[in-house]
Amino acid sequence: MSDCHNCSAGTTLVAAPPFVKQRIVAIIGPPNSGKSTLFNRLTGLRQKVANFPGVTVEHRMGRVKLDPGREVFVVDLPGVYSLTPRTEDERVTHDVLLGKMKDLPRPEAILLILDSTNLSRHLVLAAPVLSLGLPTLVILNMADDLARRGGGADALELAEQLGTPVALVSASKGTGLDKVFQFLDGATATPHKPPRVELPVIQNIPQCRAWAAKVGNNSKYSAPAPPLWTRRLDRIFLHPVVGPLVFAAVIVAVFQLIFSAGKPLMDLVQPAIDRSGNWIGSFISNATLRSLIVQGIWNGVGNVVGFLPQILLLSLFIGFLEDSGYLARAALITDRTMGWFGLQGKSFIPLLSAYACAVPAIMATRTIESKRDRIATILIAPFMTCSARLPVYTLVILAFIPDRPLVGWALHTQAAAMLGLYVLGFVAALGTARLLKSTILKSSRSSFILEMPPYRVPTVTSLALRLLDRSKVFLKRAGTVILGVAICIWGLTYLPPSHGDIGGSYAGKIGHAIEPAIRPLGFNWKIGIGLITSLAARETIVSTLGTIYGVEGEDGEHSTTLQQAIHHDLTPGGAFALLVFFAFALQCMSTVAVVRRETGGWKWPAVQFAYMTGLAYVCAFAANKLLS
Amino acid sequence: MTTQKLEITAFRFLIRFNMQSGVKKNLHRETAHTARNLTELKRGEHGILERIDLPEEDARRLMEMGFLPGHTITPAHAAPGGDPRVFRVDGSEVALRRETAIRMILRSNPGPEH
Repeated sequence: MSDCHNCSAGTTLVAAPPFVKQRIVAIIGPPNSGKSTLFNRLTGLRQKVANFPGVTVEHRMGRVKLDPGREVFVVDLPGVYSLTPRTEDERVTHDVLLGKMKDLPRPEAILLILDSTNLSRHLVLAAPVLSLGLPTLVILNMADDLARRGGGADALELAEQLGTPVALVSASKGTGLDKVFQFLDGATATPHKPPRVELPVIQNIPQCRAWAAKVGNNSKYSAPAPPLWTRRLDRIFLHPVVGPLVFAAVIVAVFQLIFSAGKPLMDLVQPAIDRSGNWIGSFISNATLRSLIVQGIWNGVGNVVGFLPQILLLSLFIGFLEDSGYLARAALITDRTMGWFGLQGKSFIPLLSAYACAVPAIMATRTIESKRDRIATILIAPFMTCSARLPVYTLVILAFIPDRPLVGWALHTQAAAMLGLYVLGFVAALGTARLLKSTILKSSRSSFILEMPPYRVPTVTSLALRLLDRSKVFLKRAGTVILGVAICIWGLTYLPPSHGDIGGSYAGKIGHAIEPAIRPLGFNWKIGIGLITSLAARETIVSTLGTIYGVEGEDGEHSTTLQQAIHHDLTPGGAFALLVFFAFALQCMSTVAVVRRETGGWKWPAVQFAYMTGLAYVCAFAANKLLS
Repeated sequence: MTTQKLEITAFRFLIRFNMQSGVKKNLHRETAHTARNLTELKRGEHGILERIDLPEEDARRLMEMGFLPGHTITPAHAAPGGDPRVFRVDGSEVALRRETAIRMILRSNPGPEH
C-alpha cells in the first residue's frame, strides 16, 4: 500500500509516516445524511459541512486516533443515492469505493451513514454497499431527531436483518460514537454474517426500495412524525410574497452587518498594526533594515491582515445560511431567475459560496449534472465578489464616500456602495452566463431536481471549523504570496537608493513605463504597480500601495494613512474606475489554476482570463470617462 | 424529444418495472391523454405515481429520490410563480421544475393511501 502524499485532498492533506501500514475506512451515505459531521467528530480535522445536498465534492482524508498509539484513516466521500455515478462528485465516491482512485488504496471497511429519520428510503443505498462485500458498519444518524419526533429504530434487530453491525448515533451531539470507534478498532476483524434478508438486484430501484421497506418492517422501524418546524418555517420562507422579501432582506442585512460590525473591528486592528510596527522599528538602528521590516514587511502584510475580521464575518454568514438549510430554499427561489440566464438553481449555490472565494465555488460546481451548465458556472464564478476584493473595495470606499444614512439606519451610503459593487459583479456574471448559454455553450434546458433538507440549527463546532479554515487559508496567503510580494515591492521601491523619491526607483520606472496604458482609466503609475502585483492575488494591491506610500511617507515626519494617500492621489473618476476594474478582472492565480484542473486544459482559463480582463479594461475606461 | 421516443421510453419502463400488469400498448396510449400529471395536483390533494415519461437517466435519479410507481405524492410550497415546486414523497421533500413534473403521470383512480 502506498502512502498518501499525493492524494488530492484539498487543504486537509494528511501525510502518513511511510512505515505505518495504513488502514483506510470510507464514510459513505446519501447527501445530507451527516457524513461530514461524523468525519469532523471522528477526526477533529477541518472539513466543510453544510446543510445542503452535495457539499463534499472531493474525498477528504483524516486520521482517527485509537488507543494506545493506533490509528486509522477515514476518507469522507461525496453523498450518493446509488453507486451509479451521474455527476463528477458522485464519480469520486464510485472510484474510491472500487479502488480506481489514483494514489488512494481501496478502503478496507465502510461506515455507511444513513439518516434515521428517513430510514426506509435511505436503506436503499445499503443494498449496493453491502453487496461490495467489505466489512460495513451501518450508522443510523440523527437518532436524537428520530426520538424527538416520536420514531424509533432497533439497532440490534436491524443488525440481524442486514448481517452487519448497526450503531444508532447523533453525530452533531456526539452520542453513540463508542460503537463507531469499536468498529474502527477492529474494522478488518469483524466477522461478516450472512444477512437474514437476501440482497435485491441492485440495478432494479423499485425492488431495492421494496427490500428496504421489508428490512425496515422486520426490524420494527417506526417512522417519525413530519418535521414540524421545517414545515412552519417553509410556510414563511417559501411564501409566494414573503419568501422573496425575506430572501432580499437576508442579503441586504448581511452586507449592512459586514460593514457596520466589520469596521469597528478593523479600526481596532489597523492602529494596533501601525503602533506595533513603530515599536518594532524603535529596536532597529540600521535605517535600511528598519525600512525593510517596518515599511516593507510589517505594513505591507499588516494592511492585508487587517481585513481578516470582515472576511471572517462574511464566511460566518454564508456558513450559517448553508448549515441551516436555507440555501436549498434560496436555490429554489432563484431557479426561475437563473433559468432566464440559461442556468439553473443549483448554479446559485456555487455562485453564493464564490462570495467567500472562487476556488471552492468552482469545485462545488461538480454537483451540476449538465457539463455545459457546469462550464458556464465555472466561467462566471470569479465575477462574484470574493473576499479578496473586500480589502480593495473597503479601502477605496472609505477614502472616497462619506458615511451618511441612505435609507434611515438600515442602509448607509458606504454599505450601499459596497452592495452596489456586489450587484455589479452579479449582473456581470449573469450577463456573461446568458451570452455563453446562447452562443458557445448552448444546450437544452437542463433539469432541476433538488432535495430540500430539514432546517437545522448550525452547530458552533461546524461554524468554528469553517472560520478557522478560512483564517488559515487567508493567513497562509498573507505569509507566503503577499509577504513575498511585499518584500519584492519594498526592494523595488527602495533601490536604487534615492532618498524617498519613489519615482526614481525601479518600481517607479516600471510604473511609469505602463502608465500610458492605464492613464485612460484614470490611474497613475503607483496604481499601475499595484495592478501588476495584484495579478497574483487581488488583495496584494493594498499591501503594495501600503509599502509604496509607506516608503514615500518615511521622509516627512507625519505618516499619512493609506486612505488619505489614496484620496489625495486619485480623482473620483479614477477611484470609480479602480473599483470597476477590480470587480471584473481575473487577478487570481489560484482561480486560474483550479479552472485548469476542473476543465482539464488551458482553453477555458485562457478564454476566461482574456474575457474578464478585457471587460475590466473597457468598463473601467467608461467609468472614468463617466465621472470626469 | 419526439412523441414517438417518449412513447418508447414510457413503454420501456412499463416492461422493465412491470408497473401495470396486463396493460396493452393501445390502452396505455389512451390513458396517456386522459391521465393527470403531477402539475395538476392541487394543494392539499395527493396522487399516486404511475410512471415517469422521461429519459432513463433523469427517471433513475427521480426514482432514487423516492419517485417510484405506487408512491404517494403531495405537492407543497413553490418558488414565486409556482415553478419549481416542492413535492413530498417517501419521507422527503424534492423540488422539481414544471417541465419535469408534467412528465410524471399519476394513477387515474387513486387507491388507498400507504
